[in-house]
Amino acid sequence: MAYDYRATEGDNVAPLIAPGHDYATITDKIAGNVLDRKTPKGVAITLAISFSLVMVLVVGASYLFYKGVGIWGINNPVGWGIAIVNLVWWIGIGHAGTLISAILLLLHQHWRNAINRFAEAMTLFAVCCAGLFPIFHLGRPWLAFWLAPYPNTMSMWPNFRSPLVWDVFAISTYLLVSFMFWFVGLIPDLASMRDRSKKRWQKVCYGILAMGWRGSARHWHRYEMAYLLLAGLATPLVVSVHSVVSFDFAVGILPGWHATIFPPYFVAGAVFSGFAMVITLMIPVRKLYHLEDFVTDRHLDFMAKVMLATGLIVLYGYAMELFFAFYSGSEYEAYMMMNRMTGPYGWTYVLLILCNGLIPQLLWSKKVRLNTIALFIISIVINVGMWLERFVIVVTSLHRDFLPSSWDMYTPTIWDWSIYAGTLGVFVWLMFVFIRVMPMISIFELKHLLPWKGRIIDTSADAN
Amino acid sequence: MSGKLSIEDIREKLAGRTGEQYWRSLDELADTEEFRSAMQNEFPTDAPVWEDPVSRRRFLHLMGASIALAGLSSCVKQPDEKILPYVKQPEYLIPGKPLTFASAFTMSGFATGVLVTSHMGRPTKIQGNPDHPASLGAADTFSMASILHLYDPDRSQVVRRNGEITTLDKFLAQLSGALDAQKALGGSGLRILTGTVTSPTLAWQIESLLKEYPKAKWHRYEPAGIANEREGSRLAFGEAAQAIYNFEKADVVFSLDADFIAEGPAHLKYAREFSERRRVRGAKANINRLYCAESFPTVTGSVADHRLPVRASRITDFANRLAAVLGVDGAPSSQLSDGEEAWITAVADDLKAHRGASVVIAGAYQPPSVHALVHGINEALGNVGTTVSFVRPAEFDPDPAGSSMTALIEDIAKGQVDLLVIAGGNPVYDAPAELQFADAIEKVGMSVSLNIYNDETANACGWHVPESHYLEAWGDARAFDGTASIVQPLIAPLYNTMSVYELLAEMTLRSGKKGYEIVREYWKDHSMKSAGAADGDFESFWNRSLNDGVVPGTASPAMAARFRGTEVIVAAWKAPDAWKSGSPVRISFPGSEVEVMFRADPTIGDGRFANNGWLQELPKPITKLTWDNAAFVSPSLADSIGVHDEEIVLIEVNGARCLIPALILPGHPPDSITLHLGYGRSHAGRVGNGAGVNIYPLRFSTTASWATASIVRTGQYSKLARTQDHHSMEGRPIVRSATVTEFETDPKFAREMSHVPTKAESLYPGHEYDGYKWGMSIDLNSCTGCNACVIACQSENNIPVAGKDQVLNGREMHWIRIDRYYSGDLDNPDIHSQPVACMHCENAPCEPVCPVSATSHDSEGLNVMVYNRCVGTRYCSNNCPYKVRRFNFLQYSDVEHPTVQMMQNPDVTVRNRGVMEKCTYCVQRISAARIDAKKEDRSIRDGDVVTACQSACPAQAIVFGDLNDPLSEVSKAKSQPRDYGLLAELNTSPRTSYLARLTNPNPALGGAEKGREG
Amino acid sequence: MAQIFHPSMKVVSRASIILAVIVVLVLGVIGGAMYRSGYTTNVGNPREQIVPFSHEHHVNGLGISCGYCHTSVEKSAFAGIPPTHTCMTCHSQIWNTAPILEPVRESYRTGKPLEWIRVHDLPDFAYFNHSIHVNKGVGCQTCHGRVDKMPLTWSVNTLHMSWCLDCHRAPEKYVRPKSEIYSMTWTPGPDQLAEGKKIVDENHIKTKQLSDCSVCHR
Repeated sequence: MAYDYRATEGDNVAPLIAPGHDYATITDKIAGNVLDRKTPKGVAITLAISFSLVMVLVVGASYLFYKGVGIWGINNPVGWGIAIVNLVWWIGIGHAGTLISAILLLLHQHWRNAINRFAEAMTLFAVCCAGLFPIFHLGRPWLAFWLAPYPNTMSMWPNFRSPLVWDVFAISTYLLVSFMFWFVGLIPDLASMRDRSKKRWQKVCYGILAMGWRGSARHWHRYEMAYLLLAGLATPLVVSVHSVVSFDFAVGILPGWHATIFPPYFVAGAVFSGFAMVITLMIPVRKLYHLEDFVTDRHLDFMAKVMLATGLIVLYGYAMELFFAFYSGSEYEAYMMMNRMTGPYGWTYVLLILCNGLIPQLLWSKKVRLNTIALFIISIVINVGMWLERFVIVVTSLHRDFLPSSWDMYTPTIWDWSIYAGTLGVFVWLMFVFIRVMPMISIFELKHLLPWKGRIIDTSADAN
Repeated sequence: MSGKLSIEDIREKLAGRTGEQYWRSLDELADTEEFRSAMQNEFPTDAPVWEDPVSRRRFLHLMGASIALAGLSSCVKQPDEKILPYVKQPEYLIPGKPLTFASAFTMSGFATGVLVTSHMGRPTKIQGNPDHPASLGAADTFSMASILHLYDPDRSQVVRRNGEITTLDKFLAQLSGALDAQKALGGSGLRILTGTVTSPTLAWQIESLLKEYPKAKWHRYEPAGIANEREGSRLAFGEAAQAIYNFEKADVVFSLDADFIAEGPAHLKYAREFSERRRVRGAKANINRLYCAESFPTVTGSVADHRLPVRASRITDFANRLAAVLGVDGAPSSQLSDGEEAWITAVADDLKAHRGASVVIAGAYQPPSVHALVHGINEALGNVGTTVSFVRPAEFDPDPAGSSMTALIEDIAKGQVDLLVIAGGNPVYDAPAELQFADAIEKVGMSVSLNIYNDETANACGWHVPESHYLEAWGDARAFDGTASIVQPLIAPLYNTMSVYELLAEMTLRSGKKGYEIVREYWKDHSMKSAGAADGDFESFWNRSLNDGVVPGTASPAMAARFRGTEVIVAAWKAPDAWKSGSPVRISFPGSEVEVMFRADPTIGDGRFANNGWLQELPKPITKLTWDNAAFVSPSLADSIGVHDEEIVLIEVNGARCLIPALILPGHPPDSITLHLGYGRSHAGRVGNGAGVNIYPLRFSTTASWATASIVRTGQYSKLARTQDHHSMEGRPIVRSATVTEFETDPKFAREMSHVPTKAESLYPGHEYDGYKWGMSIDLNSCTGCNACVIACQSENNIPVAGKDQVLNGREMHWIRIDRYYSGDLDNPDIHSQPVACMHCENAPCEPVCPVSATSHDSEGLNVMVYNRCVGTRYCSNNCPYKVRRFNFLQYSDVEHPTVQMMQNPDVTVRNRGVMEKCTYCVQRISAARIDAKKEDRSIRDGDVVTACQSACPAQAIVFGDLNDPLSEVSKAKSQPRDYGLLAELNTSPRTSYLARLTNPNPALGGAEKGREG
Repeated sequence: MAQIFHPSMKVVSRASIILAVIVVLVLGVIGGAMYRSGYTTNVGNPREQIVPFSHEHHVNGLGISCGYCHTSVEKSAFAGIPPTHTCMTCHSQIWNTAPILEPVRESYRTGKPLEWIRVHDLPDFAYFNHSIHVNKGVGCQTCHGRVDKMPLTWSVNTLHMSWCLDCHRAPEKYVRPKSEIYSMTWTPGPDQLAEGKKIVDENHIKTKQLSDCSVCHR
């Protein structure tokens, strides 16, 4: 039996759920947001904007398939550009969800209950966006299936030594597990949605998705077990996926890629950016749907702390890169580092240190952590910073490597950006569609957070 | 081409119709859609080939298709393919096996022997002919790229009258009419304009034409030829002579602005001999020494041991001082600065120390006076007879004075010219500016242009007749030393064209005699005996000449040229001879007044190669510029007038102006600007049109080599596509070089410049090579950076042309590139060239990272690239430390022009977009050799496999072969102490290794403290 | 409260899940089968030609050897399709009025080549060389089957890469004595593997090298 957070809660600590709530009000509030409340203007507008960005993606991708990756800015020394930057960035963002739902669950960090559903959805959609780029950036995307081992008439296997093949497995596994985790978690709530919805078609839709959940003790028992198992399954993924992604670089011989620090430093960075994105989305959504009762400032405070911690790890990573560049004694490494800081792309490095290194230090102050506006801005800054980090790693390492004769610059074209903007659109659009039709906060898990007095003894809800 | 009409089809449709009926039906035809599309196809508007701007509708229309395709194309059924066997198969031809024929390529008149490979009747590759004195087995960029013109879709394909399509018959009728008129006048109104003519047959035809029309005149014009050299010999000896230098015997060479390694009719021979004297085996280095005073950083200058940038007009002073110091009596006096004086004295001492074993050579752009004086200097040095010899000139050149372009224009102005036949050449574009050739032509009754392109001249002339490419027509030509070759065609004319021989036959005999008969007749009746063949056996003589590519016994006889003394030269120098020299200008510096130097472009020549995509995209030696010419200025001049790279400057010469982007070039003389001719063509074709700036309007006959000019900054900028943006080695051991003394004290200096780890330090187990073990060695001491290997590779391996916009974004496709680095003084740096292609690493970083094993190692150590397996992740390229991999970012290879596809080498896959490619060590040649060997149950002999780059290299700097054979040339080369692997410290263990460069500086010029590089 | 779904949904829903999985699998299998089928590879599909040329008649009936028409098979990558003149050596004498041979005669008259449909169409990026195979003991029949039993010619092998590799990885399974190259009737004996090994050694076939990419792809 894990320690009981309810016992330790003194009055000086803000509760994880605003007072005056009981089971009924929680369900009313969250399910009602979907079923009864008409779409808030903010949501509608966001949906419109993001959907037009989705159209941008469609055009960008079509022209890409028609002409080839040459429409991007990539060139001979810089073979990978924004496409790979985005891939790494999106995957990274995904990590927060998995960490929140899996690891925090196993660690009985119950405050997660208010945000895990939301974060999982975010993970799912982020990974979807990420998954597009490995296909887009291929010279011959229609042959992407050659990266998968399947019985073929060439009697050829993919090259299992290549990190890109590892990626295929890592990312697809990640997508699958994230989806199952998210969906299984939804089932009980889908059931209550089914029961609360009044229109026939709503009942049917939720009914199908609820897969006949009746909340019997047996159901709950099975459910808890499955959920735990999935959590166990997802936990290693938090570490493995981004480690594998980091191998794409670490396995290369390029100065600036070939570094042993990459896996841990990538994972930390991933969680860092992931939490930043959760906050970026949560703060406005909380406002739009008046969820301050459930996603309290204390939640934000927790997340800010996680960001601070992972941010420090990332900062350590930068320091180590810097140190090894000169400690290694390799002229190529040393030049790479100097070029990174003072070369033509130096400004990106400076910005990166600013965004990921310095500004997050503000989070040491509780005032900042509890100031929604400040937190919102910082989280956006961190998102930018993490994108820049990937840009620095991919581009500045490539554009000046070993032979000065082949050095060149990389300038993204409108088509590079269109794809990026497009995936942002996809992400936000999916996110808001989800918010509109699904309970964005896990109703039944939230009920765990009710203080004693509001609670009716409910074994099924407290099985573990 | 389904649905589309070719000109041939149209002609077919119209066959048999004449006069009225003909034109009516042509009109009817002209209404049809397909005709218009055909016209579009045959005479396209100026739009570069690779650029296909996608119209919105087409894009949307294709959008869906492409998406569908993305999914399907991997599993569609192969469409049915047809096989068309011969009706009657030629005996000598085995289907699927290439044949090789000897022929000759002519550049400004002079021949270079070539061997042309033909696949099933299609010429596909041009290489050097070892038996030819001007080739010795090597080939230059022009000869190899000339095959592109044969298949160029922009080639002129129809006779035109004032731009309207008409027929050959109509032209011939008109011509014979005009000739009848001339007959009466004794040809007083007949003028013929050609380039330099060395062809015995053509000379004979022209002679007989001039006999028939005694009052007719024949004019010659070459925008950048050897006129100065010839004039110089006339000054020096009283008669024209061709000097032939023997660099193999020369210990000390002094070049006065002569780029003898890369320019001139004998440059391949000179390059071969020179690099022979730079070849070092073992730990002792007995190499020659090259001094170079030059007005522009050239290939020759880049390999010089002592290079001095001097503006063109001051070379004269150096020649004079040298003559004086060497005691050539009566040498004109000149002033040099103290530094220069010391330099020239050191050179003179060195030359004196090597009497009879030295060469002084003057450049083509130097006035005759300099050439003449140089002849005197060589004589004074006792070089004549040892390193310098003289033969009668190969060109047919009666009455050189009266044949000038100026004379022609004067006659036209006088209204004396009724019939002007311009056979080859493009005077409207490249004639001296003040002659206003285009206007002059309009005063001519009937003007005819025979040219393979419908160029500026063709458009100005009343008549344009498409000329046959030299691979389509019979002919002959002489090399610099007089050796004649039969120009043998490999394919019937692709279009209804005629050769210059056939045109002259029409004019003399009024009969459609075919080139074959004409050339045979000449050799049979006129020249066979002189060529030292006995009577009767003409056929054997003829076949032998065709087979060898040289006509036996046709080399010009040696002549005893005696130097007449300096008086004439002094006279000539005081009053500079008309258009050939140019007035030496004294300039107040720093100021806006500078000297501009006019030179033929290193890659597209005087403009005749402007529509050649290979040459346009070929990075020019030293400058690494493609697709453009520029105003080259020295860093110091740039500072003083405050001009930046790519900033457009306004240059004015005698009131003529041009706007051209400037480019700062280290090692350029501080007080002059160099402009390259050949660009800014308006009717070159889709490739050449609009590329660069036309310089000819600034070039007047009196100032053909250089002129005084004013330069003004505009503050506007224009992008220049250079393949190398970074010019320093950053202190990395890339090109490793040392002086001879340093080398002899420490022969292994190159290897000591980096720590190379052992194989054992690799993570993956090594490979076994029990069969062959292919490897390459490149001798940086011989390599001159002349670019021959680049074009050879492009031609052999179907390498596409990407276009300027792509080169600007670093997407050029060359499999082998020539890296150029500077070191030392910015105003006169040491220039290092290094050919870099795939190194075929034994621990190749590209191999483990490819997710689909599209690039992998084979049992002979080749790092093979399987295009059809490649999905285009570009990971291999990212991980390649040499960045030698090339990616098809877009559809670069031309798949829409059928003629271009005829040119492709069928043994090499034509890569489409989205695929990575790179040097394969010419695996197709290895396979061919292996299969032949296996069929004979033997192993491949050393020298059986010659890579394209190796075969072209005039300096023989590239050696390829089996490393498992200790006796192979490549094994020997790699056993040299100078052998080192580029970036070998990364444990890639490259199969291509380099032999470090050596310099042989003169201690008297402080060569001693010239430290090792890299 | 009122049930939304009929109890049967319980079965339906479960079934549908299992069905979905099955459908995906089946589709995959069908796709693979299609790709390997004669429909795509044209294996066993007698091709209509401009002249209904019968190998059966010429090889079996008249006993003409392969090399007589496919002249360059030992010398070149391309086995060679007989020029019209080769056909006319006989057909100017016999069947010289047969209507089915009209295209041949027309080609002979006009000089326009006959247009045959390729029966064995290897992808263009695979560089196959007949001469080396024939010279190292791979018989015509091994790849082209019993053409002497083909009234109209069809292909008997898929020409898939896996098919090539099957032999390239273990040539001893297929090679035959050089004397039997053109034989249509030769069949591997019970000790083929041993015999094959011998031939492989005699002909200095380097099996290890045969699976290099560069052997077929350039």
